[in-house]
Order: sequence, then C-alpha cells, then structure tokens
Amino acid sequence: MGKYVIRRLLQMIPVFIGVTFIIYAAVFALGDPTVGRCGERPCPPGYIAAFRKEYNLDQPLVVQYLLYMGDVIRGDFGTNFYGNKVLDELAQRWPTTLKLAFMALIIESVIGITAGVLAGIRRGKFIDNLVTVSTLFLISIPIFVIASVAQLIFGVRLGWFPVTATQGTWYQLIMPAFVLASASVAYIARLMRANLSENLRADYVRTAKAKGLTNRRTVGVHTLRNSLIPVVTFIGIDVGALMGGAIVTERVFNINGIGNFLFRSINTKDGTSVVGTIVCLVLIYLIVNLLVDVLYGFLDPRISHD
Amino acid sequence: MTDTTRDADAALDAGSVVPITIDPLGGAEGPLAAPEKGEKARSLGSDAWGELRRRPMFWISAALIVFFVTMAAFPQLFTSTDPYYADLSKAREAPSPDAWFGRDNQGYDVYARTVYGARASILVGLFATLFTLVVGSFVGIIAGYRGGWPDSLLSRIGEIFLGIPLLLGGILFLYVFPSNLETPFLVVVGKVALVLGLLGWPSIMRLMRSSVLQVKPNDYVQAARALGASPNRIIGNHILPNSMASVIVVSTINLGAYISVEATLSFLGIGLQPPAISWGIQISEASGIGMIRAAPHMLIFPSIFLSATVLAFIMLGDVVRDALDPKMR
Repeated sequence: MGKYVIRRLLQMIPVFIGVTFIIYAAVFALGDPTVGRCGERPCPPGYIAAFRKEYNLDQPLVVQYLLYMGDVIRGDFGTNFYGNKVLDELAQRWPTTLKLAFMALIIESVIGITAGVLAGIRRGKFIDNLVTVSTLFLISIPIFVIASVAQLIFGVRLGWFPVTATQGTWYQLIMPAFVLASASVAYIARLMRANLSENLRADYVRTAKAKGLTNRRTVGVHTLRNSLIPVVTFIGIDVGALMGGAIVTERVFNINGIGNFLFRSINTKDGTSVVGTIVCLVLIYLIVNLLVDVLYGFLDPRISHD
Repeated sequence: MTDTTRDADAALDAGSVVPITIDPLGGAEGPLAAPEKGEKARSLGSDAWGELRRRPMFWISAALIVFFVTMAAFPQLFTSTDPYYADLSKAREAPSPDAWFGRDNQGYDVYARTVYGARASILVGLFATLFTLVVGSFVGIIAGYRGGWPDSLLSRIGEIFLGIPLLLGGILFLYVFPSNLETPFLVVVGKVALVLGLLGWPSIMRLMRSSVLQVKPNDYVQAARALGASPNRIIGNHILPNSMASVIVVSTINLGAYISVEATLSFLGIGLQPPAISWGIQISEASGIGMIRAAPHMLIFPSIFLSATVLAFIMLGDVVRDALDPKMR
C-alpha cells in the first residue's frame, strides 16, 4: 500500500510540472501577457518594458518559470490592476463556491446512485429505459442551457425559487446546485447502473444466491458495495467538472463565487485574475485527483498489488 | 480527467469494464469490437449493422445529424431571410408568421440566425474531433506498438494534457490568444477547435494505445510479422482495422461534447464573438433576467437546436457502441 501511494506521488510530479509549465508558457511566452492591461488599446512601449522587468520576462524561459512557480507556491497568484491580490479575491469568494459545490455533490450522489441502482436491478424494464433515456438528455443539454431554462421556468414563471442567488444563502443556492449537479447526476446514474449489472453477473453473486441469501442481502451487501467503488472515485474527480460548471452556473444565477469572479475578469480583461484563478483551480483539480487515486487504492485492494 | 468530454468517455462507456478513465494505472479501455475478417457468414461488422438497423434510436440520431449538417453546409435551403438584417422597430417581437422564432434584441430574425448558427458549432466539433482522431490515433499507435521508452514518454505527455480541465484550459488559451472583430470567421473557428483538440487528444490516444496492446499479441499479428511484413503493413492491415471501432464510437460522442463546450465558451464571451453567428452567442444574448422575462423565445429556440445537435451525436455513439458490443444484448 505504502509503495502504491509513493508511486502515485512520484508520478504526479511530472504532471504537476508539465501542466504549470504549459500554462505559464502559453500565457507569458507564446501569448501576450499585457493583453487588456491598458484597456482597449495596445500598451505603450514604456509600460511594456516596465511590465517585462517586473515579471522577469527578460530572463530565459526556464528561469522565469521557476521564479513564477516560487511565487505560486508561496500563494502569490499576482496582483490585478485594481491593486488587489488575486489570492485575497479568491479567498473572499471561496466559501460560496464551496457551499455550492458541496450541495451539488450531495444532490448528484443521492439522485445519481438511487437512479443507477433502480435501473441496474430492473435491467431492461421500464425504469431502466427511463433512466437511460433521461440521462442521455441530461448529458446532451449544455449546462448553460439548463441553467437559463431553469431560471426561466422555476424562477421567473413558477416562482418556486429565487431567480438569482446574490447573497449565496443555502436556500438561494438550491436551484443553482441542482443545475450544477445535473450532468453529473446522469454520469453517476449510468456508471452505477453499468457497474451494478456487471457485478450482478459475477461469480460471487451466484455463490451468495446459492447459499440461500435473500435477494435484498445479495444486492445490498455484496453487489452494492463493490459497485460503489468506481462511483465514489468518480464523485471525487468530478470536482474538475464542477469547477467548470460553476463558472456558468454562478454567472447565470449571479452568485458571488469564484466562477463569477473568473467570468467577470474575462469580460473586464483582467488578465492577472484570469490566469491566477485558472492556475489555482487547476492545482486544486490535480491535488483532488491525486487524493482520489490514493483513496481508490484503499477502496480496491486489487489496484495496489501490482 | 474530469470535464465533459472525458466524462463522456467514462460514463457513457457503460458497456466495457467500468473504472476506465479513473483507473489510476492509466487503465485499459478494451476495444469494443474486434471484427473477425473473412467470415462470410456473419462478421461482427455486418452483425453490428444488422443490429443497428433495427434500432429506432440509430435512425433518429442519423436523421438529426444529416439535418443539422445540411443546415450547416447550406443554410440558404432553410431560410431566405438575411441573418444580418436587423429591424430595430421589431426588437424582441414574439414568434409570428413573419419571423417564426420571433426577433431578438437587435431585431434580427431568430429563426434565420439559429439556422446560420449551426455552421459554427458543427465546424468546431468536426475540426476538434478530426484533430483528436488523427493526433490521438497516431500517437496511440506509436505508443502501443513501440512500447518501451517512447510509450512511457508519450503517455506522460498525455497525462499532462489530461491534467488541464477542458473548459478551464479553453478559457485560458482563448484568453491569451484573443480574437477581435477583424479576425476571419474560419480562423476563430480553427482556434477554438485547435484548443479543444490540444486538450482532448490524450483520451483518444489512451484508447488507441490499449486497443493496440490488446490486438498486438494475437496470432495473426505474430504470423504477419514472422512472414516479414513491415511495421507499416502490420499496423495498416491488421492493427488499425481492429482498433478503430472503439475510437470511432468515442470520437462521435466527443464530437457532441465539443459542440457543447464551444457553445459554453461562446456563451462566456470568449469563444466566437458577436459579428459571427453561433448558438452560444445567441443564448448568451438571451440570458439575463430582464431578457428572459421579456423575450423567452430568444432563449428557447437556439437552446433546442443546440441540445438536439449534441444529443444526436452522443446518441449515435451510444447506439453504435451497444451494437458493437455483443455482451450488451
């Protein structure tokens, strides 16, 4: 087990360096880091010279990158042109986004697993077809369409939920959380259904049945627990999708979280905030992925034995 | 590993063993079919076709795809209205015989713009998928066939690109390489497609690599090698035809997912920009509380077209996979 964890940690290092280097190179070497810093017109040469000096752009690429990563590791994601530290801006909005993501995770786990189990047990029956078809629709409709339509129907027309969630209270976040969870609900239901019906054909299930166990016990104790392993890890790595979805959801429902901050930074051409936020989110994504991989090794001992 | 496209692989790949993309060991996605050649009676290919023909889902998705591709190629067939003709005095007018889907905030005909919007989405989806298909297959075959250090190196590079979530990466790259009003339509489309392709090729590469690894030890490949066939010939005649099925299924599903991501990027104001017509832009202009209240038709119609297009590709991939996988019957 220890060997597996260490190997995963070591494998993570090149990915970590590669990802940050690609992002850094794209922004500071290939792209134009002064985009939008002077409004709609190009920056004057004097400003560019000062900017290049401040961000070490006159150094070789590798040195620049190392200096930048040194800042990132110390938690310095740069200062935007309002004079605010990007890290402070993120820290301020972090609780709201976390709340939204947490609610979405609960919703997608409960609904997704229930739907998947029902479909997996009654394979080929009405409920199975219902789940398969409705998840297909959920996956196909882009999240910003679901968000806008939900806002129109449940917010404006029926008035069941607040139309926007500017204060970010739990109650206001209910509808946005459902929207954010919608696609993942479908994936989890499909994953659960596939796992369950696959496992129901396994030898140990036949053995359990032959021993005379009730159907309830066979499914509930033996099959369900095994089928849950990939689902649990999926929920873990789904954080990446939730972060992407949060940009859209927070923009549509006007939630003052990290996603909306990123959206507004794009539109005000606040480059430091855009790059800083994305670097921060990608790092979180990589770390969560790593944790999930390690967790997977604990949940499924077969993985760590080779 | 966790944005739309890669999820689409993971969860839609319901047929095969499950923890595919979440397998921490760089897991194997089994080839969905290995069509046996030379069997006159019933090869897996014709078997799958026979199965497909009986499924209404297949015909529905195929018809939808033909419909939207025709719309993208020849929008004039569907409407004679100029999508750039604005009548401000009729702004936000509800649907009428004159303008079937109503008019938007600028007085543009929503129907005409929805018809012309198909082109951007389909082109981005197509280019991005072609890019991932060509690059991913090529790299995957080299990694799988050569093995050893080229395999390790290419797999690590793939992991790096998989480490950037699709939407976040798309936002970042399109932000640093901005387009302006003068950038030609095709360049913007190409840029969006290139970004999606760059971030998406490793999923095809992994698939191809594991397919090759499964096909390579087979006797007929060994026999061909023993007879002195060149690697090019072995790959072209034996490995490629046997590995393509799963790659094509996943690519079809990805095409739908890329269309969705393109629309999301345009919706966020960073993909295609307003003089261009696209569903993402239309929906972005229609959203916002005031607009939703005043002119819901601006939101509903492009949304239906966009969702139907994505649905068509995902459904096609889904149904073809089921047909290719005899286990599912």
